[in-house]
Amino acid sequence: MRFIQWATSPWGQSVPTHIAWGLIWVAVIAGLFFMIVHSLYLIVVKPPKRFAERAAETNAAGIPERVPRHTLAARLFHWIMAATMFTLLFTAFLPRVGIQFNWVLYHWIAGCVLTISILYHVVHASFFLDFWSIWPDKTDLRDAMNRVWRFFGKPAPPPRKFAKYPLENKLYHGAIMVTGLAVIVTGLFMMKRVQTGIFTRNPYLFSDMTWGLMYVLHGLAGVGLIALVMVHVYMGIRPEKLPITKSMIFGWMSRDFYLEEHDTGRWAVNAPDAKTKEGYAASDGD
Amino acid sequence: MAVIRDVMPAFDLLQPESAAEAQKLLEQNGEDAWVMAGGLDSFDWLKDRIKKPKVLVDLSGVEELKGIHATSDGLEIGAMTTLTEIANHPAIQKDYGVLSQAVELVASPQIRNQGTVGGNVSQDARCWYYRGGWPCYRAGGNICYADTPVGRNREHAIFGADRCVAVHPSDSAPALIALDAKFVIRTPKGERVVDAEDYFVGPELDITRLNILRPGDLLTAIRIPATWAGAKFYFEKVRDRNVWDFPLMNVASAMRLSGGTISDIRIAVNAAAPKPMRLKAVEDLVRGKPANAETGKMAGELAVKGAVPLQFNAYKIPLMRNLVKRAIGGVEAGPSGQPPQQAKGGLAPPLRDPGSQEAA
Repeated sequence: MRFIQWATSPWGQSVPTHIAWGLIWVAVIAGLFFMIVHSLYLIVVKPPKRFAERAAETNAAGIPERVPRHTLAARLFHWIMAATMFTLLFTAFLPRVGIQFNWVLYHWIAGCVLTISILYHVVHASFFLDFWSIWPDKTDLRDAMNRVWRFFGKPAPPPRKFAKYPLENKLYHGAIMVTGLAVIVTGLFMMKRVQTGIFTRNPYLFSDMTWGLMYVLHGLAGVGLIALVMVHVYMGIRPEKLPITKSMIFGWMSRDFYLEEHDTGRWAVNAPDAKTKEGYAASDGD
Repeated sequence: MAVIRDVMPAFDLLQPESAAEAQKLLEQNGEDAWVMAGGLDSFDWLKDRIKKPKVLVDLSGVEELKGIHATSDGLEIGAMTTLTEIANHPAIQKDYGVLSQAVELVASPQIRNQGTVGGNVSQDARCWYYRGGWPCYRAGGNICYADTPVGRNREHAIFGADRCVAVHPSDSAPALIALDAKFVIRTPKGERVVDAEDYFVGPELDITRLNILRPGDLLTAIRIPATWAGAKFYFEKVRDRNVWDFPLMNVASAMRLSGGTISDIRIAVNAAAPKPMRLKAVEDLVRGKPANAETGKMAGELAVKGAVPLQFNAYKIPLMRNLVKRAIGGVEAGPSGQPPQQAKGGLAPPLRDPGSQEAA
């Protein structure tokens, strides 16, 4: 199977034009494969939760019943991004599987909304939230190694509980960031090739080769997002993850779930406000 | 760049003898099949070695797709009926003159003898970048070579462009839309009948096709209802030379008059957009108004609302305005006092309108 479609430019140069659209199905199959393997792993292996106990967590009197996790602004960003992402994926790939509609218009409009929301998120997360809470730290990596050793039956200390975000969340965020930035940057340039009313159309901004590579990168990131979004939705609806999903809707998670999954030292939650009975997180971000 | 080599790429030639057999072959071969009617579009593609189908389904032996038959509600024209036969058919000349006028202006006599109505409405875009084998949007690439600051786009679209700016080149299509024709399509799921204007698709829906035919589909006939039989018709085609040329633009209308007032009308233009345009807003505007120059002028102004010219085709805006104006208000007499011979293949002289100096 060829992963890239090539064409001969008017100047006789062989240039890439698109990804091979069969990669859509490769991404779908990869997403389904992950879901099946992960489900089977949880059903067959039934891995126990083995976190290291910390003395501090036994003294949790100051933890509120509802532990605030996401601000309203962060939640709004998340769901706007989700809506635009689904719009982008459906408008990009449904026409490729035979469902015809005026997709370009909706696609670039959704792309603009996503771009604006991402810009907002970058500023919001950089200056108003705990920027580093979503990036893997040394503890995450050490615990990940320990988990791997223990999976293979090797002696290793039990991992610590998570900070605000489990390592998987952080890695997923990194993957989404890379693919998202790839589609956004290439997509913004590609808007110079269609009539949008925003940019003056200039299809000769780059050489045919550069344009071709840009279309290929846009396509590869796009099909990558199919698999990533499938995995994200799957994780979001898994029973053991529902408290996290609910926190993205309501903004908080229960005290029990917080104490069970999260390290109060790595993600500190202060005592509840006397009036609202709600505490606040030391960090908040997405 | 396409090179004419006069040697077509190898393919399996299939020659069915019935529409059912033809459709079955198309269904079996899917995307690999190329359906050929008169061959006038097909042989360009094949001899330029740009399209390289594995299978060619030649419809020339399917007799049931040929001929013009009276029905209880008008006429049915087989998709393989030649344009000459349509142009010369007495019933069409008498009751549906707009169609005979339209097909009589297609290309040249030799081409009309070979070309079919099914092929004429289903032919591919004539944009030379696309026909030249360049990897444009319509060819599956990621650029429109015509829609660039230096692209040659004099013949291209002023409406409906969506990445691709090629126009639909058919002369018969607007006449069939004006006559409210129905296209009969044999599909793997059975027979499907669609309105003429719904047969065509623009690039916003499918940038690689000009019509709704999918692999496995076969256009079998075109039905013309009696609704517009004997109406007042108008067809005009503007082209660079008087024979053997595609339209720069054409217009077709069918009008019912009641004491000089337009009681009902259908009007369509082609070569203005990637698909033939039925001008519904114009129809709504002029219905109930007198069929005169003033109404025509209003209609022409409305018709070009929203037009977006490219670098070299702004002339199409006044051209379209005047074609619509003439279709509704009538053609003013020329200097000699004689009306123009648009129905005979000639270019109508420009309407003497001081505000339309750019007119064709």
